[in-house]
Amino acid sequence: MSEMVNVFLMGKKYEVPSNLTIMKAMEYAGYELVRGCGCRNGFCGACATIYRIKGQQQLNACLACQTKVEDNMYVATLPFFPLVKQVYDINNVPVTESVMMQLYPEIYSCIGCNACTKACTQELNVMQYIAYAQRGEFEKCAEESFDCVMCGVCSSRCPAGISHPQVAMLARRINGKYLAPKTAHLEDRVKEINNGDFKELIEGLMNKPIEEIKELYNTREIEK
Amino acid sequence: MYTKEMYESMKKVEAAREANAVLEPRRMTAEEKEQLLATYHPDYKQDEFAVLQVGPNKGEKVPTQLAALLQANSRVKELKVDLDKVDYETDVLVIGGGGAGASAAIEADNAGASVMVVTKLRMGDANTMMAEGGIQAADKPNDSPAQHFLDAFGGGHFAAKKELLYKLVNEAPEAILWLNELGVEFDKSEDGTMVTTHGGGTSRKRMHAAKDYSGAEIMRTLRDEVLNRQIPVVDFTAAIELILDENGNAAGAVLMNMETGEILVAKAKTVIIATGGAGRLHYQGFPTSNHYGATADGLILGYRAGAKLLYADTLQYHPTGAAYPEQIFGALVTEKVRSLGAKLINVDGEAFMHPLETRDVSAASIIRECSARGKGIKTPEGEGIWLDTPMIELKNGEGTIEKRIPAMMRMFGKYGIDIRKEPILIYPTLHYQNGGLDITDDCQTTNVKNLFVAGEAVGGIHGRNRLMGNSLLDIIVFGRNAGRNAANQSKNVTVGTLSLDHVEKFAKECADAGIESDIVSPKLLPSYARKA
Repeated sequence: MSEMVNVFLMGKKYEVPSNLTIMKAMEYAGYELVRGCGCRNGFCGACATIYRIKGQQQLNACLACQTKVEDNMYVATLPFFPLVKQVYDINNVPVTESVMMQLYPEIYSCIGCNACTKACTQELNVMQYIAYAQRGEFEKCAEESFDCVMCGVCSSRCPAGISHPQVAMLARRINGKYLAPKTAHLEDRVKEINNGDFKELIEGLMNKPIEEIKELYNTREIEK
Repeated sequence: MYTKEMYESMKKVEAAREANAVLEPRRMTAEEKEQLLATYHPDYKQDEFAVLQVGPNKGEKVPTQLAALLQANSRVKELKVDLDKVDYETDVLVIGGGGAGASAAIEADNAGASVMVVTKLRMGDANTMMAEGGIQAADKPNDSPAQHFLDAFGGGHFAAKKELLYKLVNEAPEAILWLNELGVEFDKSEDGTMVTTHGGGTSRKRMHAAKDYSGAEIMRTLRDEVLNRQIPVVDFTAAIELILDENGNAAGAVLMNMETGEILVAKAKTVIIATGGAGRLHYQGFPTSNHYGATADGLILGYRAGAKLLYADTLQYHPTGAAYPEQIFGALVTEKVRSLGAKLINVDGEAFMHPLETRDVSAASIIRECSARGKGIKTPEGEGIWLDTPMIELKNGEGTIEKRIPAMMRMFGKYGIDIRKEPILIYPTLHYQNGGLDITDDCQTTNVKNLFVAGEAVGGIHGRNRLMGNSLLDIIVFGRNAGRNAANQSKNVTVGTLSLDHVEKFAKECADAGIESDIVSPKLLPSYARKA
């Protein structure tokens, strides 16, 4: 059995094994989670959490499923944060910084405090990707923000009221659709299939007796 | 971070790394694979299965936990649901907010139907979000849909429904193009060529990826599109029973607010089940790589309404779940780690198998290595095998790991393990429900009209084992088809009188069969709270 530590879940004290994540510590304490629990694996951003260790000034942010408890940890979960998500038609957006001015003008009110970056649960350089968005450098914004899980902690700390994850989402979609190079072999293949070029080949295969298909499978050549 | 014993074994791994890196381990023959699976794969453990006593699949075996839920009590049993009081009315009702549900909603909207999504957690809370490695499509010149078919059909032990698999491989390139045009970012070289790799059991490099956030990138884009279209999403609301009309056709669902318990009625012309998988049922006590909500709800709803299951007795155990540290026990370590060149190494530093056998074969081989052969490495939760991640950079150069699998680097980095320098410990984890509801190639269930299914809740697309990258693909291909077909069909549907008689009838069949159960289903969420 692991040693026990004291954690304060929403301010209430519980004694839990020190090897647990914050999420498992909550369950150990008896919580049946509905809010604030998603993939349990660091990908979905459902379990954004803010904590402070007693006696320290520093306020920390993390994902509850990815962070171990510490002794005297004061924990507040942030299962929802009111991000602003603007509605737009991806087929009809300007691919210049003007799209940001139209949809998310508040990014130009950034005061450069860097609280967003300090709060990021994925350790991303959030302020930097907002700067890229301001300048219409969507490719850089997309790359810098790529690992974002949209937990919203950055926005909770922002004095300018920016919804950083939604800004980055827009930048990534613009980059993926308009700026990244087109894939000729993909477009060609879709045309070929629609043209019926592969129909005979695949139907010929499907209609073979099962023993023949097995033989083809077991002896197929594998690309190095 | 590792224990003393682990470090001792790791020395052998390091010493053999250069030799292991250039080694090309032999692939197993068909006979060797069959023997291995029959002896070590969890699907073959007869005492972990129960025979269904009622319903359309009466007499067939399914995992014990699933049988218990299929033959349990309905959540509406004690309720007086007033079906005349309709809270939501829509053409198409999509149950589930993952990749399949979102794709279906978008296409139903495109087809001009009114559509709404109900999801028991948030939109995007789904296994899709957690898919790391990639999505298959035969779009390179040396590849073809036929080659993709052959790989998937063989990998699934020649059990897939051919017409479903045909649809999957044939519409794969179009699915990728559709995603790309929605703004999904794929790994490409400068001229736009897709960067593609192998997955276990592929004969061509056709795995497309967005780093190792492939599913997350797809899911967040689809969610954004659903929101842009202002399709109604009712979140934290579970479907707890399907509603049929007097003709036995699907006509809506009884819903339950997950927080307040409020019961609501949704009436629809067509219904799409897109509820995903079952990892959180922890079959055979395995840990899982699945989402918190993966509790097979759609299978329960469909079965009670009379829909048939197909291959519900076959599950996928992903060969590489994290075995250590214990905080991430069971979490997915993407197959892409092996696609990029990392090999599986035993306690003595031996590369004991080809790293890219199909998942069922790889999992069984790892289980054999840890059990009969006694060559596993002890962990707090049991045993594990090394996955030699530093081999990736040895083969592909420094920086490859950070660029291609940043999520893996982050996941282990949080526990002081630098996967660029140290190998990691893995063991199979419950990953995917190969079986599900039986559908025809229009995505409609074979025996309940106006009931469509898409995504992991479908059975038969992959047969008895699924290849990496074919699940992200199937949620898109079948999600889109289900949405389109459900929307078009809704135009010719007049909903009759709403009814829950099928639920009572099913309960009576259970009682007649002598089944007494004290559990209710669908399960909705696993129960992890410690009981004092």
